[in-house]
Amino acid sequence: MRHIISILMENESGALARVANLFTARGYNIESLTVAPTEDLSLSRMTLVTSGSDEIIEQITKQLNKLVDVVKLVDLTEGGHIEREMMLIKLRAERTQREEIKRLVDIFRGKIIDVTDTSYTVELTGAASKLNAFIEAVNEELIIEVVRTGPSGIGRGPKGLSL
Amino acid sequence: MELSGGEIIVQCLRDEGVEHVFGYPGGAVLHIYDALFKQKELKHILVRHEQAAGHAADGYARATGKPGVVLVTSGPGATNVVTGVATAFMDSIPMVVLTGQVPTPVIGSDAFQEVDTVGITRPCVKHNFLVKRLEDLADTIKKAFYIATTGRPGPVVIDIPKDITDPGIKIPYHYPNKVKMRSYNPVVKGHLGQIKKAVKILMEAERPVFYTGGGVVLDDAAKPLTDLVDTLGFPITQTLMGLGAYPGSGKNFLGMLGMHGTYEANMAMHETDVLIAVGARFDDRVTGHVKQFCPDATIIHVDIDPSSISKNVRVDVPIVGPVKQVLKDMLKVVNEGDKKPKQQALKKWWKQIDKWRAMDCMKYDKKSELIKPQQAVEMLHKVTKGDAYVTSDVGQHQMFAAQFYRFDKPRRWINSGGLGTMGFGLPAAIGVQMAHPKADVAVVTGESSIQMCIQELATCLQYDLPIKIILLNNGYMGMVRQWQEFFYDSRYSQSGMSVTPDFVKLTESYGHIGMRVEKSEDLEGAMKEAFSHKDRLVFLDVVVDPAENVYPMIAAGKGHHEMYLSPGSELV
Repeated sequence: MRHIISILMENESGALARVANLFTARGYNIESLTVAPTEDLSLSRMTLVTSGSDEIIEQITKQLNKLVDVVKLVDLTEGGHIEREMMLIKLRAERTQREEIKRLVDIFRGKIIDVTDTSYTVELTGAASKLNAFIEAVNEELIIEVVRTGPSGIGRGPKGLSL
Repeated sequence: MELSGGEIIVQCLRDEGVEHVFGYPGGAVLHIYDALFKQKELKHILVRHEQAAGHAADGYARATGKPGVVLVTSGPGATNVVTGVATAFMDSIPMVVLTGQVPTPVIGSDAFQEVDTVGITRPCVKHNFLVKRLEDLADTIKKAFYIATTGRPGPVVIDIPKDITDPGIKIPYHYPNKVKMRSYNPVVKGHLGQIKKAVKILMEAERPVFYTGGGVVLDDAAKPLTDLVDTLGFPITQTLMGLGAYPGSGKNFLGMLGMHGTYEANMAMHETDVLIAVGARFDDRVTGHVKQFCPDATIIHVDIDPSSISKNVRVDVPIVGPVKQVLKDMLKVVNEGDKKPKQQALKKWWKQIDKWRAMDCMKYDKKSELIKPQQAVEMLHKVTKGDAYVTSDVGQHQMFAAQFYRFDKPRRWINSGGLGTMGFGLPAAIGVQMAHPKADVAVVTGESSIQMCIQELATCLQYDLPIKIILLNNGYMGMVRQWQEFFYDSRYSQSGMSVTPDFVKLTESYGHIGMRVEKSEDLEGAMKEAFSHKDRLVFLDVVVDPAENVYPMIAAGKGHHEMYLSPGSELV
């Protein structure tokens, strides 16, 4: 099953490498990984998407917790959570296709952020599944480039993952 | 007090209570070595290869419980020490390893003797640091010792660029008394509810068995373990790493378990209804086929490391905490409770165990003219009165030593269990003898393993270390040969080791005493003579039966109930 693990870690050089290393060294799956500093610049927040059986996910969280740089972590999939990913997608948009694409972008509540005579660049935000759906809805031949950030996640409710 | 980086390192080590540093100088650590030169308190032991510095510090740590300290240079110094670091990591040994690095401005430029030490060691350390600012140096060293010695112990590497140790740059020195890290808070106590739950299950057990490992030795928990086992009257088996925590001659001891464990220990594991695992990690050499492991058992597991729990085998009652504290709490709950273990059932269980014991699975031919390796280890036990520190390398001799030296005390059996590093024994013994100058320290080794760090004979001479090397010489990489005999139709591919130096002459050329013994009848005299040289290193080349194999044996991936007990025997 797919799990989204949210990690609060020391913003130190090498911390990211430790996490990435752990996944390769122990043969765990890693689908995506995003990381950036938080409002406290000494801390980074990482969102990691992985998949595996319950036993494997349990080991992954335990092994991550064991890393000295990891301050706290939570498996967001265990409770209510919100997941967002941003995609920048460049599409071939020649005269006949321009209206159709524009409509599709509107349906998905995306934005066209760059326009040329022959192309649109679209910004789209949502759960990973929504971005997948958009890609499927567009004619494959029209896609020039896809850039995805990988999901970030946050738990629902007033509580936060903090020190 | 204003100190340079090099002086800070030396002063930090002294303030940390370090007495011995095992190392080898080189360009990137010259400033540190200069600071070492100017003081007397901290003793530096110059090895002949950086790998040996790692193993010596490791042996020192295993024998004392104190962290071992290593100092090596950048590049090849660092890569050579990696085997030592990985060995310590696999067996959770506390070590602090200081490696030199090229100066910060040239890091990443492929400078002379530059290697990404932090990157190379990352998968085999508990944690590592690259010191980028002189102001961080003392704090980092404090953190390194704290991390290495608390929680589940392990090696910590500190990579120190040369400019950080520049004697021309001095800053005020302050060594912190304590360190607090928000991201690292090891557990200090087990959950009492879980402990009570475990005790309740133990009291209901009809066929219980203790399975204990290196964690008991590491946490100095031999006493509470022995008390608990004796109070409950349960049988106990120990892993290769756990030997000596419960006395090998204790009446409840079933012997070691696992691939070369005793028949009674492995059968008890297979038939048990309640397994209590303490400071052990369900290694594949212990469990055999995981699906067939303790099929009927409720499993209780005490361990400081949550990631050890339910990693290989599903556990019913996990108790995360330091082994010593948990065992004490458990004993208290047992003593204060009104329930007693089920005596009738236990009686029946012991009767069954005695039947397994009667198989006498460790028997070997004692009338052979050729010296049997088992006999050599038993003789070592006799001559040293079972009170020596025994280090070993890896292979058949390691198993014979584990099976036949009946360790009665913890920290006496020093071997590379997890990584299985050939070449470990002699340098480890250097660390042990440094820690215990008056004790008998024996290296049980093979003619193949000993050659992997043989250069350390010179180190032994330089520091007057009266180590006794007992070489079980069978002319083969014995364990490789055994597997080739069993599983590859005796095709002995590259496992022959008949071309060796004349070990007697070799040892003599290093300034020590060399001896060779070839006949059974001469063994006792030779061993006694070797140990009579109290202040000299003696290398005893014992020519043993080349055909001898280690029994019992569970083939990799088989269940505990499927053992070979003797040559040509069927599975039992």
